Amino acid sequence: MNQETLLVGLAGVLAAAAPIIFAVMGETLSERAGVINLSMNGTILLTAMSGFAVAYSTDSLLLGFLAGMLIGALVALIVAFASITLKQSQVAVGFVLALTCRDLAYFLGNPFMGVAGPRLQAFPIPGLRDVPFLGPLFFRQELITYVSFLAIFLAWLWIYRTRPGLMLQGIGEKPAAAYIRGANVNLLRYVYTVIGGALIGLAGPAYSLGVRAGWMGTISGLDGIGWIALSITIFGGWNPARAAFGAYLFALLQWLGLVLQPVLTQVPSQVLQVAPFPLMILTLLLVNIGNAEWVERTLAAMPEGARKFFAKLLRTMRTSPPAALGVTFERD
Amino acid sequence: MNVELKNIHKHFGKTHANRGINLTIPSGTIQGILGENGAGKSTLMKILSGFIQADPGSEVILDGKPVYMDSPASAIRYGVGMLHQDPLDFPPMRILDNFLLGLPSSFFPNRKEATQDFNLLAKEYGFSFDPENYVDSLTVGERQQLEIMRLLFLGARVFILDEPTTGISASQKEKLFATLKKFPEQGMTVIFVSHKLEDVENLCDRVAVLRGGELVGETKPPYNTSKLVEMMFGKVVTLGERQPAQTGDTVLSFQNVSLEDTRLKIKNISLDLRAGEVIGLAGLEGSGQGMFMRACAGLVRPVSGKVILKGRDLTGKSYHTFKREGVNFLPAARLEEGLVPGLSLTDHFVLAEEPKGIFIDRAAGQKLAEDRIKSFNIRGTPTSTVESLSGGNQQRAELALLQSPLSLILLEHPTRGLDIESVIYIWSKLKDRCRQDGAAIIFISSDLEEVLQYSDRLLVFFSGRVSEPIDAATTSVEQLGQLIGGKNWPEKGGAHA
Repeated sequence: MNQETLLVGLAGVLAAAAPIIFAVMGETLSERAGVINLSMNGTILLTAMSGFAVAYSTDSLLLGFLAGMLIGALVALIVAFASITLKQSQVAVGFVLALTCRDLAYFLGNPFMGVAGPRLQAFPIPGLRDVPFLGPLFFRQELITYVSFLAIFLAWLWIYRTRPGLMLQGIGEKPAAAYIRGANVNLLRYVYTVIGGALIGLAGPAYSLGVRAGWMGTISGLDGIGWIALSITIFGGWNPARAAFGAYLFALLQWLGLVLQPVLTQVPSQVLQVAPFPLMILTLLLVNIGNAEWVERTLAAMPEGARKFFAKLLRTMRTSPPAALGVTFERD
Repeated sequence: MNVELKNIHKHFGKTHANRGINLTIPSGTIQGILGENGAGKSTLMKILSGFIQADPGSEVILDGKPVYMDSPASAIRYGVGMLHQDPLDFPPMRILDNFLLGLPSSFFPNRKEATQDFNLLAKEYGFSFDPENYVDSLTVGERQQLEIMRLLFLGARVFILDEPTTGISASQKEKLFATLKKFPEQGMTVIFVSHKLEDVENLCDRVAVLRGGELVGETKPPYNTSKLVEMMFGKVVTLGERQPAQTGDTVLSFQNVSLEDTRLKIKNISLDLRAGEVIGLAGLEGSGQGMFMRACAGLVRPVSGKVILKGRDLTGKSYHTFKREGVNFLPAARLEEGLVPGLSLTDHFVLAEEPKGIFIDRAAGQKLAEDRIKSFNIRGTPTSTVESLSGGNQQRAELALLQSPLSLILLEHPTRGLDIESVIYIWSKLKDRCRQDGAAIIFISSDLEEVLQYSDRLLVFFSGRVSEPIDAATTSVEQLGQLIGGKNWPEKGGAHA
């Protein structure tokens, strides 16, 4: 493989990861606030279909994306209402919504099956496009891919560097403590769940108007992406930067599966197609290894200097879920 | 700041938690609020701190002005700050972030400036923290200091402290009291809520006693302890004499056992524990006593040495083997590790029984629960869920769940947060079990008086070092306090008995 095709391939990986990035950032915000939006897999399918349908009918890509965000926000609003106001199980409601939205997408999407519709074109950034290496890699993408880069940065900045972001960490960790510090916990949970839902709703059109343009019903190959995004959120430790790493890793592994197929002819092609999933899980487990007890015990046996170094390293790598994830808040 | 509570009433459903309380606390005093569990102290303080609102007709007056506080955030704007029993902070976050959270600041908080403010404030009050460290690496006492700093920074003029001395060490308590004693000079008012007479007597300028939701009396120094106890309980309560242990065969023996985890190493513990004996473990939180206790329960495996229970070598065996041999462990976190929230008392008793078949005999379970509730004096019904019980009653339920026959009972802070009456009851039940089953008890407590009162021998832990077993009857609180703080230790560590 020469350098140019490699760069084009990797640029493709960045583009292919964009929808997953949106879904993972949305879920991260929602879960940081303490609400698990389990409807994600269905939401992605439904917004992929409806985003394409709206863009096709109105001939406006922008309206297609907006429709996706709106529907994603509405589904998230149902999750928020059921869990925050009605105090019902987030898992049960989210799961049912995941199934409902998926079937709704297949059913309502029938008229748009296989029709040719509008899609995003590459939008090279003048000047930057010609920088060696970086140009072809980063700056000859579709618009939505640039937005996905921005989303990672903004989500990270928001959570770790702003005042409201600190409070966001607080309401997911210990709502009572956030409350005495002046937070309107339930209102904020609504806000973040809905914003998170809108981001998840951006993932669907990012597929149907970009990476995998068009709507192909059950053979769109989008079913399951939402569950992957959910696990990337968890293994990413609810940290946008780490979650983004997970999303890119997944896209890279998928791409490798395709590229290696002609080379590794003795390996059944199915293995290469499925391999990204277990490889993904293994890698992420390795990143989170500091959580395991046997690691702690191994560390204890190390000499003082090495122990301190590794303990510190593992402490930074270690993640714990927001302690109040899935727990409703009531002031008593 | 002058605090006036006028005719405070509060109903929770049918429960009348506060019944017309009138209390005036002048500026610059340390006011003690005494009362047994369920006396209405917490309700009153939650009202004053804005956490809940009193019934209409009640009035809170600060410096002569009636105020309405609809949230803790609005209370702090009026200058009222509360330190909760479990510090309301964020353990996985950095100390600085925890401090910054909720403070008025710019949209992008300036961490450099905040660090300077933080260090300055810490210095002023003699606290030392690394702002970039994580809160979960701190002890409860340090987390309290952190909360106090935050409230000071927010401009609190009235400090409410809810049972602050449960779960902190003696030296941290001293430091806390020293800090609080400086507050009145600056015109601040301190309200100290406790059921510990000794703490209230040492610290407070005046004391108000609550019982059954009513204010039953106010006193000033010099305090008469037995009078205070009588006011708290409405009757005379006595601690009872120390009972010397009647010891039998060896139940548990540790032979040159070494334990370690990432933070601590404890080397070469040797100990023989006899039937009927009570051993108290004292030390600052995290000095190794928790690990030692978990080793006794089979939850931590020794790195070397032998653990022998009633003549059987159980070294390296699992918790379940220990449990089958009659070792029962009651951890400090009752609702997290000891009981199952959501399940009723009946469910708990049924679960703890030897299983007979796979179906539950509801009627038998109900009967079992009724018997146990009666014999253990639990305030609750067979269908009450455990989280609806008060702390004292949860602890009684845990005692009622102890298996039979028993060889060793391990208790972590068995009476933390309980009033004297419950403490006495729980210890009498424990000692009964000890006698009946020929069992031994090992317990951890941060209450030095409790350690000395109820144990026959005690072990002191200090950063991984374990003392020789010490005779409790001939040790004073002062001596014990010094050992815990690492003073007066013999040159070489390691315990042999």
